[in-house]
Amino acid sequence: MRKLTDNLRAYAFLAAGLLCFGLFSWYPLVRGVLLSFQQVNFVTDPQWVGLDNFRVLFADPLFVTAWKNTLLFTGIALVFGYLLPFAIAILLNELRHFQAFFRIAVYLPVMLPPIVVVLLWQFFYDPGNGLFNAILSGLHLPESQWTQSPRTAMLSLVLVSTWANLGGATLIYLAGLGNIPGELYEAAELDGASVWQRIRHVTIPQMRFVLLVLLLLQVIATMQVFLEPYQLTGTSNPDTITVMVLIYRYAFTVNNDFGLAAAMSVLLFLVLGLFSALYLRLTRSAAD
Amino acid sequence: MTLTAPQRTPPAAVPVPARRKRPPKEFTGTRTLISASDLRRGWRRTAYWAVLAVVTILFVLVFFFPVYWMATGALKSPAELVSPTPTLFPRTFHPETYATAWSQMRVARYFANTALYALGGWAIQLAVAVTAAYALSTLRPVLGNVVLGAMLASLMLPAAALLVPAYLTVSHVPLIGVNLLNTPWALWLPGAANAFNVYILKRFFDQIPSDLIDSASLDGAGPLRTLWSVVLPLARPVLGVVSIFAVIGMWKDFLWPLLVLQDPDTQTLSVALSRLSATSQVPQNVMMAGLVIASVPMIAIFLIFQRSIISGLSAGAMKG
Repeated sequence: MRKLTDNLRAYAFLAAGLLCFGLFSWYPLVRGVLLSFQQVNFVTDPQWVGLDNFRVLFADPLFVTAWKNTLLFTGIALVFGYLLPFAIAILLNELRHFQAFFRIAVYLPVMLPPIVVVLLWQFFYDPGNGLFNAILSGLHLPESQWTQSPRTAMLSLVLVSTWANLGGATLIYLAGLGNIPGELYEAAELDGASVWQRIRHVTIPQMRFVLLVLLLLQVIATMQVFLEPYQLTGTSNPDTITVMVLIYRYAFTVNNDFGLAAAMSVLLFLVLGLFSALYLRLTRSAAD
Repeated sequence: MTLTAPQRTPPAAVPVPARRKRPPKEFTGTRTLISASDLRRGWRRTAYWAVLAVVTILFVLVFFFPVYWMATGALKSPAELVSPTPTLFPRTFHPETYATAWSQMRVARYFANTALYALGGWAIQLAVAVTAAYALSTLRPVLGNVVLGAMLASLMLPAAALLVPAYLTVSHVPLIGVNLLNTPWALWLPGAANAFNVYILKRFFDQIPSDLIDSASLDGAGPLRTLWSVVLPLARPVLGVVSIFAVIGMWKDFLWPLLVLQDPDTQTLSVALSRLSATSQVPQNVMMAGLVIASVPMIAIFLIFQRSIISGLSAGAMKG
């Protein structure tokens, strides 16, 4: 009897959490999968349509375009957003002055609301009177169309996103670099290793775990890119439409088809779930 | 996990007797890639200062200048802001632009909305996470581990996967049958389903010696009383970090508020700025002032809590 009241009491404490997770996390997950096999119109009950949503998806030329663009974004973002912070962190770790200043500077853009960053860069990118073209023409360099040309649009989106986000990765790398025992570098130096060899044979192996975790986080985040294409190039631009923008378009603007959007979400979930599972496995086993 | 700063060797601060050629104390810290003694002599010393100067200038240009441009851009006249030869300092000052944005662009309204969503969301997130973590860590009911596992499993769900079904759920909540669209609850309740908070708090509660909790209950304290007077005071640092990240997260969120707050009167500052930018009625300098106002709370939080934010970030990402 005592045990029963103890359990009841514990579940009373858990009730709010169970309700929130149940209603807004577990139930939507199940509903999302079911929805991908349904046709919804809000007037009559949802109808089961089997794989119809997926058939429509695969037949939509934007489907392939969106995946290609998303992979392109993720790929370019890996070069900028993943390798650049590592290089910056290695450099900052060697600088003995202004350490607090560098950390605050690099993290400042991360604190700004993302829409502020994107709208600010929209001013910078403006081909007519934006700051970037003003600087380029001041330096007598050819101007660019930035987000408005198919050739540079995707790169422009990655640049904004990198500026806004690289601070987080840089600080995480810096924390990791601070934990590398100094004796390793001393020993390598005694063996005659050059700076580059020390990075190659000490820094990178010591940072293996951090590098892997951030790789996964970066891929998971960039595959879900939405704000940059949504705000800078719009939801119907085939040069930059991404998977998330297409989901938004299916559900909320052009098609108003929640089944179709859910089918696309399920596919994205399957791809990202793989990376998420790997990330959780890595970090959990490291924590225990 | 602990959310304290990662262990670092404290910089050698041993007082050195005043001699004329003592090395600067910056060069005697922890050993890194390049040894301190290397940097102290000859061409390497020159190179170090050159690199430091270049990096400092680059950081100012890349990270601070855009923010400076934004804050001063709002002060310029509309013509000066879009002039083909940009000016570093505003030629004429128009601080009234900020007032225009605040009242005519209705930033005041959106700012108040966002503040309400962030503070309410923070309180609810904290209440839900604390009670859940306390139940799972200290009260340990049957099937507690299953519940914890199911909560943590939601960390694997990318936000993208839940977008559409969560929107449908919010528009018609099962069991209760209400429509939460265009109400604060559409942000608060889904935001409270945050497994990361539960996980961090549970890990912290697990470290509290059980003697403390047992002796509280021997003194006749019920679980609620123990939570309030024994556990929470100890957890203050963790609660602080969780709170900061909760408020930042709510303030920065875009996609979810865009979906569930389509009535302009209820919108957050971020969503409203995006909507207004699509109309051509707002002059650029007023828009710029709106961007600055939207950033001020975040920059203030950053400057006040930078230590907690930076160390919490480093610890959280690696061990979360």
